[in-house]
Amino acid sequence: MPDTMNPITPVGENIPRVDAVEKVTGAAKFADDFQFGPGLLYGRLVRSPHPHAIIKKIDASKALALPGVKAIATGADTPGYIGLYLQDRHIFATDRVRYIGDPVAGIVATSEEIAEQAVKLVEVEYEVLPAVTDPLDAMKADAPILHPELGKYQVANFIFPKPGTNISNHFKIRKGDVEKGFAECDVIVEGEFRVPQIQHVPIEPHIATALADQSGKITLWASSQSPFAQRNLIAKALHIGQGDIRVVAPYIGGGFGSKAGVSMEACAVVMAMKVPGRPVKLRLTREEEFFTTFVRQGLVARSKLGASKTGKILAMKTEYYWDAGAYTEYGVNMTRAGGYSSTGPYEIPNVQADSYCCYTNHPVGGPMRGFGMPEIHWGIEQLVDQLAEKLKIDPRDVRLQNCVKTGSEIVTGWKMHPIGLDKCIEKATAAINWGKHEPASAPHKKRGKGLAIMWKAPAMTPNAGSSSYVRLNEDATVTIGLGGQEIGQGTHTVMAQMAAAALGVPIEWIRIATPVDTLYSPYEWQTVASRLTWSMGNAVVAAAQNARQQILELVAEHWNEKVEDLDIKEGKVISYKSEESLPLQNMVIYGLPKEGDCGWRGGPIVGRGNFMPTYVTGLDAETGQGPRAVVHYTVGCQAVDLEVDTETGQIEVLRVAAAFDVGKAINPDQVRAQMEGGVVQGLSSALFEQLKLKNGKPVNPSFVDYRIATSVDMVREIIPIIVETAQDDGPWGARGIGEHAMVPTAPAIANAIYDAVGVRLSSMPLSAEKIFLAMQK
Amino acid sequence: MSQHEISLTVNGSPERVTVPSNMTLLTMLREVLVLTGTKNGCAAGECGACTVLFNGEPVNSCMMLAVEADGANIVTVEGLAHDGTLDRIQQKFVELTGVQCGFCTPGMLISARALLDRNPHPSAAQIQDALRGNLCRCTGYTRVVEAVEQAVSIS
Repeated sequence: MPDTMNPITPVGENIPRVDAVEKVTGAAKFADDFQFGPGLLYGRLVRSPHPHAIIKKIDASKALALPGVKAIATGADTPGYIGLYLQDRHIFATDRVRYIGDPVAGIVATSEEIAEQAVKLVEVEYEVLPAVTDPLDAMKADAPILHPELGKYQVANFIFPKPGTNISNHFKIRKGDVEKGFAECDVIVEGEFRVPQIQHVPIEPHIATALADQSGKITLWASSQSPFAQRNLIAKALHIGQGDIRVVAPYIGGGFGSKAGVSMEACAVVMAMKVPGRPVKLRLTREEEFFTTFVRQGLVARSKLGASKTGKILAMKTEYYWDAGAYTEYGVNMTRAGGYSSTGPYEIPNVQADSYCCYTNHPVGGPMRGFGMPEIHWGIEQLVDQLAEKLKIDPRDVRLQNCVKTGSEIVTGWKMHPIGLDKCIEKATAAINWGKHEPASAPHKKRGKGLAIMWKAPAMTPNAGSSSYVRLNEDATVTIGLGGQEIGQGTHTVMAQMAAAALGVPIEWIRIATPVDTLYSPYEWQTVASRLTWSMGNAVVAAAQNARQQILELVAEHWNEKVEDLDIKEGKVISYKSEESLPLQNMVIYGLPKEGDCGWRGGPIVGRGNFMPTYVTGLDAETGQGPRAVVHYTVGCQAVDLEVDTETGQIEVLRVAAAFDVGKAINPDQVRAQMEGGVVQGLSSALFEQLKLKNGKPVNPSFVDYRIATSVDMVREIIPIIVETAQDDGPWGARGIGEHAMVPTAPAIANAIYDAVGVRLSSMPLSAEKIFLAMQK
Repeated sequence: MSQHEISLTVNGSPERVTVPSNMTLLTMLREVLVLTGTKNGCAAGECGACTVLFNGEPVNSCMMLAVEADGANIVTVEGLAHDGTLDRIQQKFVELTGVQCGFCTPGMLISARALLDRNPHPSAAQIQDALRGNLCRCTGYTRVVEAVEQAVSIS
C-alpha cells in the first residue's frame, strides 16, 4: 500500500462537490440527454401478463404490418443465458415466462407511440402454469419447479444451487455447537420477521440507447452502475468480443443498485442489432420501473437467539428464506452475504444459519442499497431488544457487551480487523440522551427511543478490480481517468481530493474524464458495494503517485539531484536540498531541455494505477468457515427518538443520531450527506414502502400508490457522527459508507415504537394503520 | 397528427416552433428546443422532476401540452443563472450539498424559485410544503430545505 496514512490537504476537508455547478445549471448530462438525430428509433417491450406460463406461439405479423414498425426481437434471437453470478436468465424469454413483466419481445419503431401500439398487436399464446408466490411455498416438495434447467446453468464457484428444487443458493454456517450453546443459555428469544419487496425508485427511470453499426460494432449509452460488467455480460451472452462492445455511461439519476449488473440494457442491444446503423432508444415508464427492473428481495427470517443471564450471547440459529423472484442471477450473492453476515455485528460462539435463495414468480430480486443487510438486520436487531428486555439489561449495554470489536472472532471464523462499533454505539446513544425519558409533545402522543447496530461488507467477486490513469495537461490541470460511476454519492469529488493530495496539486486543477466510456476509461468492476472510495480510491492514488514519480525522476535528472530530495507542492516541483522550484506547466507535456541546446528529456506524463484485493478466500460449503470471506466490514449505530400518535398510529421521528466507522472521512461533509440520505431512505422503507404483489401481480406501481418519503416527511434533526478507525488497505484508511446508513434505520424505529407504546411488529412497513390496530389489542 | 406553430418565450428568448397536438411541453423543451436540464421522471405529474415556471407558476411540464404554451413565458433550470452568476438558490445548493445525483435538482430549484418569488420569507414548513411535489431519493431533503432557507436569509 502507498504511504497514505498521513493526512495531506485536501484529504479530510469539506470540499464542495465538483459536479454541483453542472447539476444546478442543467448542464449535467444524463443518458436520456444525449442527442441522436433524426435516425433515432424507439423501442417498447412486449411483456408477460402471467406470473408463470409456457410460450406456445408468438405472432407478430399484425405488429410488423403497422406503418413505422421497423423490427421485432424475440427469444429466438437470443437463445443463450445471461447473468452475473448464476446464468439463469434469457435476454428475452424463450420457452417460458416467470413473472409478470418478463420481456417476451421488443418492438422497434419510428416513435414510442407507434412502438407501444405495435406491442398491443403482438399475439402471444401462453399455457398458464401454477405460480409460486411465497418463498416458503417454493421450498415445498410438491412446488412447481421454476427452473428445471438449474443444474445446467453456469454458476460462480461460491454459489450452491440445488438442482431439482427452487433453491438457487443454499448458504450454510455451522460454527461451534449450537444445541449445546442453547443448552447453556438462561434466556432465549425467537421470532419470525418478514420484509416485503420494495423498489429502489431512482427518480431517473432506466434508459438505454443502443447502436449496432453495419460493421458489427455495438455501442450502448445507458444509465448504468456497471458499464464494464454490462459490456462483459452482454458480450458473453451474444458471443461478441468484449472489445467490440462500447458502453458509454454518463451521470446516473439515482440507482441504489437497480442499475447494477444487466437488465433492460441487453434488450436494447438485441433490438438495435435488428436495425443495423440506427440507434434504438429504450426507456422504461415509471410503471415498468416499479416491477420490471430489480426489486429488493423479500425475506422471511426465522431466528432464535440465546444468552447467559449476564447478557453474553451464546447461540444463534437462523433460517433465511429469500423471496428472490423469477431470476436470481444477481440475487444469489445477496443470499450468500445474508448468510455470512447472518449474526449481525455480534460475536457469537455457536451459530447455525441456513440462507435459502428461493425462486418465486415474483419480480426479479436484485441488489439494493445494503445488499441484504437491511433485510436481515430488521429481525436481528428486534430480537436483540427482546433479549435485552428478558435479561432486564439496557439494550445499549447488551450491544456494547456483544458487538464485534477489534480481534473478535466473527461468524465465518475470521478475526475482526480494527473497528470502532462500540464507539458508534456510545456516541449515537449519547446524542439522543439515551436512558433519559423525555416528555411527549401532546397528551395523545407517546415518546420512545430505540437503537440498532449494523455491519456490512462489500459483497462482490473476490477479485473485483479498479484501475485509473492520471494525465497531465499543458496548463498542469490533471485529468483523472476512472471507470466508477458518479451516482450521487460524490465519488468524483472524493477521487479529485485523493488525486490532488497524492500528486501535490491544488484540487481546482483536477478534472474527471467523463462520461465513463469503456472504450477509453480504465476498467472498474461495478459501482456497487460502497467500494469506490476504497477500491477505486486506491487505484487513483496509485496512478497519481505513479505520475508524481515520473515527474520527480525527470526533474531530478534535470537538476542533477536525487528524487528523495524533491517533492511536488501546490503544483510546483521543489527541492528541499537546493531549494529550487519549477512549475509543472508545460514540462508535463513537453519535457525539459537539456543544457546547451542539445536535445530534450521527458515526455507527456501519464500515470497508471490499479487495485484488486488479492486476499479474499472461499468459505467451506458445509460450515461457512474460512480465512477471509470479505475485504472488511463497515459498522455503525443509529439511535432514534420518536413519537407515536395514539389516536392515529402515526409516527413522527423527532431525531436520528447516526454514527458510522468509515475508517477515514476523505470528505466529512459528503460522508454526513450519505448518512442523512440513508436515514431518510431507511425511514421511508420502514414506514411506507411495499411493492404489493397479489398472485404475482404488482398492484401499486405508481408514485400515488407506492409512497416514498417526501419533503414533509423529512427528519428535522439528523445527527451524523463520524468515527474513524483506519482500514489498513484503504486510502488514508478509508472504508465505504454509501449503503450503510440505510441499514439500521428500520429496526431502530421499530425498537423505538416498542419503547413508546409496547407494540412490536414483525413485518415492514410500519404503517400507521398497523400500529394503530396493534395498539388496540 | 395535426401540427401547430406556436410562439413563446423560453428563458428570455423568443421561440417559434412547430409541434404536433399531442406533444407535451416537457417533450418540446427536451427534444425540440434541446433544453435537457428539465427531466422526465414519471410522465404522470407525480415526481416533479419536469417542473418549469409557466408565466411564473411552477407546473409539471409533462402534464401540459406544448400548444398550451403558445404565448407563454417559460423558465427552465437553464434560465435560472444570469450572466454567469448563479441564482442564490443554486449557489446554496452547491455550498450546502443540496445535490447528490442531481436528477430531481432542476425541478427542486424551479419549485423553490417559484416559492421565493411569491413569498420572499417563507418558514421552513412552507419550504417543505412547496417542495412536497418534488421527489428526491438521495438527499433526505434536509440539505435541500436548508439551502432554500439560507437562500432566503441572504435575500
